[in-house]
Amino acid sequence: MAEYPESASQTAGPYVHIGCTPNFAGLTGVYDLDLGARMITGAAAGTRITLTGRVFDGTGTPLRDAMVEAWQADAAGHHAGTAMADPHFTGFGRCPCDADTGEFRFETLKPGPVAWPRGGMQAPHITLWIVARGINLGLHTRAYFADEHKANGADPVLSRIEHKNRLPTLLATPAAAGEYHFNIHLQGPDETIFFDV
Amino acid sequence: MTNHDTSKSVTNNHDTPKSVMNDHDTPKSVMNDHDTPKSVMNDHDTPKGGYLARDMAQHPAPLYPPYRTSVKRSPQAAPLSFPTTLSEESGPVFGADMLGPLDGDLLHNFAADGQSAIGPRIIVHGRVQDQFGRPVPGALLEVWQANAGGRYRHAKEGYIAPLDPNFGGCGRVITDAQGCYSLRTVMPGPYPWPNGPNDWRPAHIHFSVFGAGFAQRLITQMYFEGDPLIWRCPIVGSINDKAALERLIAPLDMGQTVPMDALAYRFDITLRGRRQTMFENRMEGL
Repeated sequence: MAEYPESASQTAGPYVHIGCTPNFAGLTGVYDLDLGARMITGAAAGTRITLTGRVFDGTGTPLRDAMVEAWQADAAGHHAGTAMADPHFTGFGRCPCDADTGEFRFETLKPGPVAWPRGGMQAPHITLWIVARGINLGLHTRAYFADEHKANGADPVLSRIEHKNRLPTLLATPAAAGEYHFNIHLQGPDETIFFDV
Repeated sequence: MTNHDTSKSVTNNHDTPKSVMNDHDTPKSVMNDHDTPKSVMNDHDTPKGGYLARDMAQHPAPLYPPYRTSVKRSPQAAPLSFPTTLSEESGPVFGADMLGPLDGDLLHNFAADGQSAIGPRIIVHGRVQDQFGRPVPGALLEVWQANAGGRYRHAKEGYIAPLDPNFGGCGRVITDAQGCYSLRTVMPGPYPWPNGPNDWRPAHIHFSVFGAGFAQRLITQMYFEGDPLIWRCPIVGSINDKAALERLIAPLDMGQTVPMDALAYRFDITLRGRRQTMFENRMEGL
């Protein structure tokens, strides 16, 4: 059994940009490029997509100080750092929400299906992790794709959702060509399903 | 930034991880698994199972009304639980080659040539381990903090304390093969913040941590031994478990101080542990 408890989380606070995206915060000259600014680094295989959205609080106000991270498989379903992963794709994105509109945006690839530990496959998805002032422990969720009906119908995580009326909170919806929208609601009637995983 | 004297830097005994990010490919110590019982933890280098479930009692609850911003930013429905999958067991790969020579030296990484940040000079060092006590090599730690006067270099920060032209407030480091890291910086100042009518943050350094798997992703804050503001802070108070909170308080570490140069504080971090086998990963009813 585990002998040591995990270190406790604390909020990222309002100045998370200083440490995580200093160039975005105007703190230039320390790091060349903000971490996670580019997910596609070369001729990566697969379909290029843009995932955009906003994070809303319980009053419906978009957060303008949040930071969203994305972690996902490549087009063939392999994660960076594992065998057979696409060398031109990092799989990791980090985006500070726009200081005026609150929008986050990832220029990325449509991920492939990912193996489930017990056999079978998980539908294509992008793991998202949200931190901000007022969020005491980073929030973990997934963006699935609304146009993947068949794969979503067989997905072992989605099938575990008791309140099916909340399932659409995990679906990114196709907008313009190659663009998907995925809004995150921290609270309220449209509260996103967050994961304890 | 050519004339900084980094020869005295204590960061240089930890900051050259030669074999980071390879905890999956070092099977040297794996014993013959045909004749060893499964319960013997003989394959530390080749984890195959999932991550231990998060013990939420160690963490602040999403809603903690004395920290007022949490009221409208806290989810209210129960989270969905499932065992970790490849999506959480894998994680972004950061190599030591991404680091610049001063990334872990906040005294100098924003300073003009020949200058350094104002304030008490300190070393912050420690070890990143998992819940089984195994070191986490190759962990990326990103830190940010206020300057010695309690002022952040940020557009939304309006505290009257002045900026230090030679202090940016960000730094990063990657743990070595033993999971150890070391940073140089100045002691951050406490500062007032708009929450209750007169709330002050204790001196603290923010830490963002990437382990081997995205399941280990964590952001936390380090506090300093002896700071009376710790026990008055609503953000600190969001942690209900006193022992969990005390683990975020770094003690003074006289053994690592550099005479006539810098005091040292030790801050160890524990990330979620990963089971060794799929066998251990089976959860009842799943």
